[in-house]
Amino acid sequence: MKNLKALAYKLREDVIDMIVEGKAGHIGGDMSVMEILTELYFDQMNIGPDNMEAPDRDRFILSKGHSVEAYYAVLAEKGFLDIKDVIARFSRFGSRYIGHPNNKLPGIEMNSGSLGHGLPVCVGMALAARTDGRNYRVYTVMGDGELAEGSVWEGAMAAGHYGLDNLCAVVDRNRLQISGNTEDVMGQEDLRERFRSFRWHVIDVADGNDIDQLKAAFEEAKRIKGRPTVLIANTVKGKGSPVMENKADWHHRVPSHEELKQIRKDLEERKEEALRD
Amino acid sequence: MTKTANKQVICKVLLDAGKKDENVMALCSDSRGSASFTEFARELPGQFIETGIAEQNLVSICAGLANCGKKPYAVSPACFLSTRSYEQCKIDVAYSDTNVKLIGISGGVSYGALGMSHHSAQDIAAMAAVPNMRVYLPSDRLQTECLMKALLRDEKPAYIRVGRNAVEDVYEEGCVPFEMDKATVVAPGTDIAIIACGEMVKPAADAAILLRGKGISAAVLDMYCIKPLDKEGIIKTAEHAKAVVTVEEHAPFGGLGSMVSQVISENCPKRVRNLSLPDAPVITGTSGEVFDYYGLNAENIAKVAEELLKDE
Repeated sequence: MKNLKALAYKLREDVIDMIVEGKAGHIGGDMSVMEILTELYFDQMNIGPDNMEAPDRDRFILSKGHSVEAYYAVLAEKGFLDIKDVIARFSRFGSRYIGHPNNKLPGIEMNSGSLGHGLPVCVGMALAARTDGRNYRVYTVMGDGELAEGSVWEGAMAAGHYGLDNLCAVVDRNRLQISGNTEDVMGQEDLRERFRSFRWHVIDVADGNDIDQLKAAFEEAKRIKGRPTVLIANTVKGKGSPVMENKADWHHRVPSHEELKQIRKDLEERKEEALRD
Repeated sequence: MTKTANKQVICKVLLDAGKKDENVMALCSDSRGSASFTEFARELPGQFIETGIAEQNLVSICAGLANCGKKPYAVSPACFLSTRSYEQCKIDVAYSDTNVKLIGISGGVSYGALGMSHHSAQDIAAMAAVPNMRVYLPSDRLQTECLMKALLRDEKPAYIRVGRNAVEDVYEEGCVPFEMDKATVVAPGTDIAIIACGEMVKPAADAAILLRGKGISAAVLDMYCIKPLDKEGIIKTAEHAKAVVTVEEHAPFGGLGSMVSQVISENCPKRVRNLSLPDAPVITGTSGEVFDYYGLNAENIAKVAEELLKDE
């Protein structure tokens, strides 16, 4: 599917199937992060089943590892996994499709799940690229609630200190975490100023669920020299259906039968709408 | 008698290796001086990374480097490396199975009078509890050199703890029995088995000499490889002895004594006495004074061994 806007909705349908079959999953963050992952995997990064051993492949870490269902859907679409197998076995006893990314699966570089690890590991990857004179880029996606972890800022400090312009971080800024609004739980603002003070180039993506805006931001990041870039992608948690959108209690939840019917209908409509664009 | 700090040997081995292999890298957390890595940083600046005082970041950066084909060595005080960055060691290194070697310097009570914040008396228990993490406590400079050369040849995670101070040789130059992941028999013996690791091997060996003077035959086993634990070595040394003494610079729970006791109780049950630091902040003093206070010296090891034999 070349239409990435439509693809993001098709992948959301896969996520719903996974969560319903596995009876578990972090649905809200899966929905908010989908365009970010779609743009990265199908437009930006040189990653695929054919080059995962290549030293020059781009590197990616899903630091907000609980959005693994969205990641599985993308990896399957990319050819790393069999989506039918994932849907049938996700979260089941003995399954290799764990509720967080695991690098025993093809396509996954590093294990994640505990928040605040992705960015510091990416700093190491970006330093390795620089040391070896290689041109690959390093990407990570973090949640906004995740930014309360101190290790994020250790990584941010080092990336700024070393001027790692081959590193691009994305904050999935959906403004909700498990206990409620991020600004009530632990305030993040002004996020742009925070990253700038750590010597980062900051791009504010007004609609982080808009493929075109994300594409423009990633292209800008590639042109920035001498400092790392962060995309603050303003997304909608639960994006895809009003049943879930902007509701903190959909952080992790399995839809009821009625909710499921409505969610599937909404996703199908938005996919069709995207296909008409 | 030569006295050299094991950390100095580590720098020398890695510097030699780094000159031949540009993928060998050292990372410090504002610890290059205390780690004796100033020379590495000066001679191979392109293979040295400073992370500042940020141990979590230190370990994660190493994992990222390893993912990209580098062979990173994180060199940082054992107290911070093993507990401040414990989760990074568990997830980014052990769970993700990255080729990161964690070098805990100034381990145990090396920092003597600096207090519990600077002591690493939990690191054996903490690191050994993590799947896919190996744990090594070499005893002297010669064994440290053998161990480091062996570790350079593999691509698996490991935690290595060494002390800060110069230590006397346990082995003889040019004659160092070493087999990876096999404990070294320092002295054979039949009456009692003394099993020690790290800096406690030397007083254990000296205790065996004291015991010999009293007509007691004591075996001494250098259990530098805590994990994977050399169970066969333990059984072979302990099965014919009447009792076992373990000696470690570690808290009493979850360390060498606990692990050896598990093996003995299952395979060749007999009395095992664990000598260790207490389950409390240790008394203020140099490491030598601390060892003496808690009986982690040759005289007390011999005394404990004698008492155990009298009870039999």
